[in-house]
Amino acid sequence: MPMLDTPYGRLDLDPAALMLGELVVTDEGAELEVVALDPLRFELAPEEAEDWGE
Amino acid sequence: MSPLPSAAADAMVAAAAGAIAPGTTVAPERSPVARQVVASAVAVVYDRLREEERLLFDAFERLGVPFTPVYAPTLALELGAGPLPGVVLERCVSQWRGLSLAHAYEAAGSTVINRPDVIRTCGDKLATSAALVRHGVPTPRTSLAVDAEAALVEADRLGYPVVMKPLVGSWGRLVARAESRAALEALIEYKEVLGGPEHKVHYLQEYVEKPGRDIRAFVVGDEVICAIYRSSEHWITNTVRGGKASDCPQTDGPVERCLGAARAVGGGILAIDLVESSRGVLVVEVNHTMEFRNSITTTGVDIPGRIAAYAARQSELRA
Repeated sequence: MPMLDTPYGRLDLDPAALMLGELVVTDEGAELEVVALDPLRFELAPEEAEDWGE
Repeated sequence: MSPLPSAAADAMVAAAAGAIAPGTTVAPERSPVARQVVASAVAVVYDRLREEERLLFDAFERLGVPFTPVYAPTLALELGAGPLPGVVLERCVSQWRGLSLAHAYEAAGSTVINRPDVIRTCGDKLATSAALVRHGVPTPRTSLAVDAEAALVEADRLGYPVVMKPLVGSWGRLVARAESRAALEALIEYKEVLGGPEHKVHYLQEYVEKPGRDIRAFVVGDEVICAIYRSSEHWITNTVRGGKASDCPQTDGPVERCLGAARAVGGGILAIDLVESSRGVLVVEVNHTMEFRNSITTTGVDIPGRIAAYAARQSELRA
């Protein structure tokens, strides 16, 4: 399993299994969102917004 | 946990799988905007990939229904330009994003589940209550006040405890129960300090004593496919807030009431929240982008499969 370094900690995951919009958590507890697959990119997951829900 | 990096690096974290050696970081780069090029029969438009979206993708594959997942945050749509999907299953966790895209897809001729007018009604608790009342669906007594003092006078009339809810919100967020006029005064003050015109409008609802549980029913088209009890010692029973789910047999469930509520808001794929009261079962809320991960095993009903099948039927109807 590849280990990816980010400024927010390490990710231990299979990049091929990721999907856009997926949340991953680094070993330091930061929540990142997959925003692009090719090349693979993450952003800090946004905080819950007022209009979020069901 | 180590301190977060500088603002420059704060905007984005990047790691290119395969293109860089594991353990390497790369410079931030903005994601490209995705132009709408989907021409498949069904598109599932989503932003946050929850367990529900994964289950839906699995269900479409299992049923052999061609579909395309469409990641909404990087999407740009020219109104009226194609090719567009025949059917759009809108699954955005952001209501505004979902509503906007639903409008755009519907304007272009796609069949959108749920339709924008349904999203608009369900996404606004006052609009939902108004629709329920207008269609004669039993619901708790609900009042609107556009001024703090008027809200207090109206709450005195409804009686305490009284429930105050934000017009827009989910998962029980900012829903409060005021036991007294003094408590409500404080709540209103906090709410008005939050700012924004929506917080100047006060939605008040009678507090309904319930038997430690409420009911969540799942409606797909013209059918109540299953229902759960949500039990909690807390008066807010949402499962995301710790409510425990158990099966609510269809024979016990208020099927007609659910279908009436679904019709009142415009129909589609909906989750209806109900409470058992001394006046019978009352409809409290209708949700338009329902979460169901805790209800599949509980009810034994393949909820994502039923949703996927419904979307496929809508696609067939267009053919």
